[in-house]
Amino acid sequence: MSIRSFGQAINQGLDLAMSLDDRIFLAGEGVGVSIHLDPHMPTHGLLEKFGPKRVKDTPVSEAAIAGLAVGASCLGLLPVVEIMFFPFFTLASDMIINHAAKLRYLSGGKSSFPLTVRIKSGSGFSAGCQHSHNLEAWVAHIPGLKVVYPSTPADAKGLLLSALFDPNPVIVIEDMGLYGKEDEVPEGDFRVPLGQARLVQPGSDCTLVSYGSAIYTAQEAAKLLSTEGISAEVLDLRCLVPLDRARLLESVRKTGRLVVIHEANKFGGFGAEIAALVAEEAFEHLKSPIRRVAAPDIPVPFSPPQEKFYRPSPEKVLDAVHSIMEGR
Amino acid sequence: MSKGDVEIIKTMYRKMVFIRKFEEKLVELSQIRGRLPGMQILAIGQEAVAVGVVQAMEPKDILVSNHRSHGHLLAKGADPSTLLAEILGKGTGVNKGKSGTLHLAVPEIGALMTSTVVGAGPPLAVGAAFAQQYRNEPFITVVFFGDGAAAEGSVHEAMNLAALWKLPVLFVCENNCWAGAQGLAQHCSLTRIADRAQAYGFPGQVVDGNDVLEVYAQAQELIASCRKGNGPALMEAKTYRMRGHGEYDRQHYVDKKELEEWAGRSPIQKLEGKLLADGMMEKREMANIELEMERQIEVALKFADESPYPLPTEALDHVWA
Repeated sequence: MSIRSFGQAINQGLDLAMSLDDRIFLAGEGVGVSIHLDPHMPTHGLLEKFGPKRVKDTPVSEAAIAGLAVGASCLGLLPVVEIMFFPFFTLASDMIINHAAKLRYLSGGKSSFPLTVRIKSGSGFSAGCQHSHNLEAWVAHIPGLKVVYPSTPADAKGLLLSALFDPNPVIVIEDMGLYGKEDEVPEGDFRVPLGQARLVQPGSDCTLVSYGSAIYTAQEAAKLLSTEGISAEVLDLRCLVPLDRARLLESVRKTGRLVVIHEANKFGGFGAEIAALVAEEAFEHLKSPIRRVAAPDIPVPFSPPQEKFYRPSPEKVLDAVHSIMEGR
Repeated sequence: MSKGDVEIIKTMYRKMVFIRKFEEKLVELSQIRGRLPGMQILAIGQEAVAVGVVQAMEPKDILVSNHRSHGHLLAKGADPSTLLAEILGKGTGVNKGKSGTLHLAVPEIGALMTSTVVGAGPPLAVGAAFAQQYRNEPFITVVFFGDGAAAEGSVHEAMNLAALWKLPVLFVCENNCWAGAQGLAQHCSLTRIADRAQAYGFPGQVVDGNDVLEVYAQAQELIASCRKGNGPALMEAKTYRMRGHGEYDRQHYVDKKELEEWAGRSPIQKLEGKLLADGMMEKREMANIELEMERQIEVALKFADESPYPLPTEALDHVWA
């Protein structure tokens, strides 16, 4: 165990996987030589270590980058491609949605596509809505794609290693705001199975469910709630697909209250799926309505106070919890 | 001409006749309401492109196809019985009824992927060719796409990357003069799509797509260049879509005179003329080949017809590896 940043943990995972298996190669815009000279960037130093055969800087061609991954994986390589910002995934989406996710099904199970797409995500940088746009509900909606969304450095490494060796296409969403965040990371071939939620802290009055950097918002809210005598349980989904339904339902059955927190827009967001699942499967355990703390249904604004207004905050979580704890 | 050359020409003749008969059977069946599920998208008149190019490939070379794929796959060696079963949506189909006529994949013979998303084949082929180069294999990838697909941005991205990394991929543009109901002049700024290769810095050749010997000779040359590590190449085969986009298309927008002219340039008739003139084959042998192919197709159809449908709940299978 050692202290590493989120970005370094991903880097360690990539480094280890490439050392273990020469079917793995990296491709993307600036994965070798980057405009950022930042050691917290996930692919930092890998070109120097593994050389240009396995660390491929590409033209600005998201469709070709994604097609490269689909075609190469069909012949047995384990491609790891990077999409620089989530909104650019739209340019790669035909290859991933219509091909990576569907060609196995269409082949009647003959083909497989063991590829990984790392997507850099998140708002809070005044980058504007064509660089910041959380589309996780989009990809989670596609049968045939697994969707991973880590929040801690340890999970960033452990989930990535599982994703790289999974026989299916896996979308790994990396919150860029977390790249510099440090915490303990296990050494060696440390894998976190896909589809298992993480109990961040136990509680008895209310369940706060989230993923990615919004987990820290939920944690901060839980701390503030505890000073009011409200015991909040915080659950980190870690994977949207496969979803740990059992853990989620177990928590809601215990607390009887649910608040889902995410950075993405509210309408049709992943929180809607969580809310629907709980309403279908655990309605009789609910003591109050479900609440979603999510972005208003607008593009990510540029101006700092407006972007702050857009993003989830502990105060918004508190408001949501208070609204369902009245008269308890 | 050596004896081996004659055998290759005869093989190509047999394959073209087989593909034509196979697709004519689909025309016949599609005219019976309810006989075939979905739409039939056929390449009648384009047999020489499929057969000539595939003849120039090694068995372990990879093929990436599109919605008009039957000829490509049969030329590569797909089994007509399981192909027909697939077209009928049967559980014994080559893809267990999951593909139907449109997305056929026969990876065991190197027909690795088929996409019906127009223009998606080239980036997929770039990925396959990358894997071949990465593993230092002596194999290449061939991707078939149409003149319509040449307007897709993904084709540009694929060609640029293939050229940049010198990937062993032969881009085969089957220019059948039609993208849906839009003729070449309505959807393409050039008359020679092959000329675009120059912009990427790799060879681009136009061939008579209805002359299987010319297609074969050019494909051999371009594939040899790809295999040597010289990078990609583009072959544009000029041919004609003799049927509509699909069998439901009545071709009301097609000039009948133009259609008749192209009917007179049938690739099969053209080769028959050559075979007869050079004394390689007699008319009686040709008639026998036709009968034999028809019989084989009846056997395949019987298998497909007698095969059971998959269970409805088997729709849930094959999403995950």
